[in-house]
Amino acid sequence: MAVQVEFLKSIPYFSGLSDSEIDSVRRYIFEKKAERGEILSFEDEPADVLYFVVAGAVKVFKTSADGKEQIFSIIRPGESFNDVAVLSGGVSLVSAEAMGAVVLNAIKKNDLEVVLREHPQVALNVIQVLSRRVQELISLVEDFSFRHVTGRVAKMLLEYAGDGVGERPRLTQQEMAAMIGTAREMVGRSLKNLEAEGTIRMERNRIIITDQKGLREMAGVA
Amino acid sequence: MGDMPIIDREKCQGCGLCVSVCGCGALVIVENIVQAVEVDECRWCTLCELVCPYGAITCPFEIIIENGQGSA
Repeated sequence: MAVQVEFLKSIPYFSGLSDSEIDSVRRYIFEKKAERGEILSFEDEPADVLYFVVAGAVKVFKTSADGKEQIFSIIRPGESFNDVAVLSGGVSLVSAEAMGAVVLNAIKKNDLEVVLREHPQVALNVIQVLSRRVQELISLVEDFSFRHVTGRVAKMLLEYAGDGVGERPRLTQQEMAAMIGTAREMVGRSLKNLEAEGTIRMERNRIIITDQKGLREMAGVA
Repeated sequence: MGDMPIIDREKCQGCGLCVSVCGCGALVIVENIVQAVEVDECRWCTLCELVCPYGAITCPFEIIIENGQGSA
């Protein structure tokens, strides 16, 4: 499948570009496909390709020396990863793994530098993307510092379900635990607590949010 | 019939721990690899996922909003 112009227009990096500018950028973009479990970027290795997810989902994570995993984010269609490593010119501080079959659009670091020089709007867009990334990281630190585990699970469920629109990969309890910095067992207990409170209902392999307002109160968010 | 636990054939070593903890007969060993058999009794207890030392079985959850759309 060729790099689609409509997809490029829809991603934040290229927001506000004219059709001719998109065409100019498009020649630097190439497609890459990956299967479930494929590692797309390795922690502590130089990163020279910036990726945009076209279809599927990619998890961005860090692994401790004793094998514990912390998921920083799940990158969905339209979003990017490897930004910080590519833009800083250093090594990647995190790894990225395909959560299922994924289709990616990618641009090499050298080509991205050309695009940034030729199209200043892209540079402004990059600033916005990175600012949002910082906000997400602040939110993560806030969760670890101030929220108890059940509150973190509640917040994670709300954020993951979002507005209910769009495809999201299913999550194991271990992945949920890795997203919020706790143990798998604590996630299981928290889900039971939330169900007892009436904010969710567990139906076999589905977690159904039945009371968004109540869940927001449990999460401590407005 | 609904979804069943997902087995990664490359990771499965055929140790049989998951089969021993499964309370509903949903897992069997065929040619030294575990396979999931579609059974109505599987309640998604996730014990198989918990005990597997190789991470070969996963029991993922869909997260949805009632009366709305949600994840795949």
